[in-house]
Amino acid sequence: MPPPKPHDDRVHSEEFLHTLMRRQLKLSITCAAAFLVGLIGLPLLNYYAPVLMATRVGGFTLSWLLLGVLCFPLVWTISWIFIRRSIELEDEEVRQVNAEKETR
Amino acid sequence: MNAMISLAFLNGVDPWIFTFSLVTVVVTVWMGFRSAKTSKTASDFFVAGRSVSVGWNASAISGEYLSAASFMGVAGMVMAVGYDALWYPVCYACGYLFLLLFIAGPLRRFGAYTIPDFAEGRYDSPLFRKIAVCFVLFIGFFYTMPQMKGAGTTLAYIFPGMPYWGGVVLVGAVITLNVALGGMKGITLVQAVQYWIKMFAISVPVFVLMSVYGFYGAHLGANDGRMEKLAPQATAITQTVERHPLVEKAPADTPWISPFGPLTTKAAKAAGLSPEEARPYSLVYTYSLIIALVCGTAGLPHILVRFYTNPDGVAAKKTTMWVMILIGIFYVFPPVLGVLGRNLLPELYAATGSKGTDKVVLELPRVIGGLWGSILSGITCAGAFAAFMSTFSGLLVSMTGAMAHDVYGRILKPNATEAERMRVFKLSAVLIGGVAILLGTQVEKLQINFMVGQAFAIAASSYFPLLFMSVWWRGMTMAGAASGMLGGGLPALACMTVVNLSDMGNLDLKSFWVAHPLLRILAEQPAIWAVPLAIGLMIVVSKLTVARVPADIRMKMLVLHAPEKLGLKQEYIQEHQAGMGH
Repeated sequence: MPPPKPHDDRVHSEEFLHTLMRRQLKLSITCAAAFLVGLIGLPLLNYYAPVLMATRVGGFTLSWLLLGVLCFPLVWTISWIFIRRSIELEDEEVRQVNAEKETR
Repeated sequence: MNAMISLAFLNGVDPWIFTFSLVTVVVTVWMGFRSAKTSKTASDFFVAGRSVSVGWNASAISGEYLSAASFMGVAGMVMAVGYDALWYPVCYACGYLFLLLFIAGPLRRFGAYTIPDFAEGRYDSPLFRKIAVCFVLFIGFFYTMPQMKGAGTTLAYIFPGMPYWGGVVLVGAVITLNVALGGMKGITLVQAVQYWIKMFAISVPVFVLMSVYGFYGAHLGANDGRMEKLAPQATAITQTVERHPLVEKAPADTPWISPFGPLTTKAAKAAGLSPEEARPYSLVYTYSLIIALVCGTAGLPHILVRFYTNPDGVAAKKTTMWVMILIGIFYVFPPVLGVLGRNLLPELYAATGSKGTDKVVLELPRVIGGLWGSILSGITCAGAFAAFMSTFSGLLVSMTGAMAHDVYGRILKPNATEAERMRVFKLSAVLIGGVAILLGTQVEKLQINFMVGQAFAIAASSYFPLLFMSVWWRGMTMAGAASGMLGGGLPALACMTVVNLSDMGNLDLKSFWVAHPLLRILAEQPAIWAVPLAIGLMIVVSKLTVARVPADIRMKMLVLHAPEKLGLKQEYIQEHQAGMGH
């Protein structure tokens, strides 16, 4: 297998890949953390504050309202933010690479 | 003689329910065949999909995702065990978000249509493809069982004289034949229409029932334990909604509506622990369930494929946003039917198997009575058909593809002719369909949603670690990936098989479970140990075989993560082909 021809531009540098992956992972982890806090926190609230979570809100228990109804808008908000941010991130990366190509 | 048998079957059949269901089946089969004529090969299917708009595509993805578990199982389980079952719909939706955040984008850029494709491409290893493909079959069979239960339950409801297994065999045979004859490929249009049928069929009865019998909150509010404490005349004053008396087998109000109820405390209760002692066990159960459902979505064999039917990355992301909204709205409704079912149709608690709570979605609209009750019940039956038919055929296509393409085409007979391949595809479809039907007839006692949860748990402990680690960690080797996938997935599979066999009564482990409630929980919900085990094995084995990290890993990682507009994928394919000497 002949060695692939070496690239010396920025796109193929170790540094570019590193920044790229780090930025994307950071965005994903931030968004995941936002919904994991809710998803991990709710059982803990149920465990440590059962009386509070059994409070009735319009017939629903607080816990039922949070999990069965309000969870979905939270998921929508997070995915909307993620999608908008990740499209911005990609556009920015493309712009940077193209700008550097022109200056070379 | 034949006429007499068919007449006996039709005895007691509601004409409206029968008509709605029949129309759904006929339209689905007809649309499948019509579209199959215009798109013959797999690549045709993907190319055809690329001309589809964001709205249709989002409906199609949602249509494929909502199975019998979402349509019938969630409501049935909420009715049976209450609050604890709410984690299922919520985590099905959250799982999709998890897939979007970590896996969908990179896999789309890499251009791998299926998980075995990705496994081969990421490690340049046809061998690993063969290992990875096994789990398509494992997860697939676990996922087809609940669809078959849905089919058996629905047919037993439509035809009161029909035994459970009869419905499973009939529906299974129709779909299997349909797939074997080439209809029902994953056609975008069919799946999209199926979504709207399901959405219509779940939301309209909910609105009608709520306008007649009271709002969601009012019905939950009636479940406040008052019925157990006070005399009937006292409840009549405060009761805002009509409520039928609960039967003996139904769980009491307080455990039903509170967290850590009948589902998660079952094992600890069987062991004779007090409610206080049982709570930590319930917490473990809940977390394990959450991990299984959230991580498992990413590893379902038939879900990822649809991400490629978008023209570009931006359209793919917009589509995903719409999918989140479409499935999110859908998942609000089934629990409502479960709650209403508890108050209006408590008789279902007394029955088991296909006559039990899993059919609440189908039967509940009938409490309205008269013509409208029949029509609404017919609508939910049509939705149920749409649910298990679309998912079962989607799975059957994936599994048959794996069997015919990977097992036969690559392992058994690599140089088979096109005609031989076609014949094997049909043969595999019949074989796999037959096994799925056989398995389906055995699981009448198990809840639909519970079984789907198991399929998710297997996916979470095998494919999810594989995808997640391969995408984000460049140090992974093929040996690490394979040992993690097998080391996490197979024990999880074994544990759940044992649990199912013992629940169906084929294996007598009752006294063992009573003595070891924690083991029972960890075997029933294995994700909490299987996912970390798989990831741990991947890291350790990859570190040991560090010399075997693919040589062009930097390029692979670039293709996975760099924006598609930079055109790195084309470059990678050219270099790869030059390097491999193709």
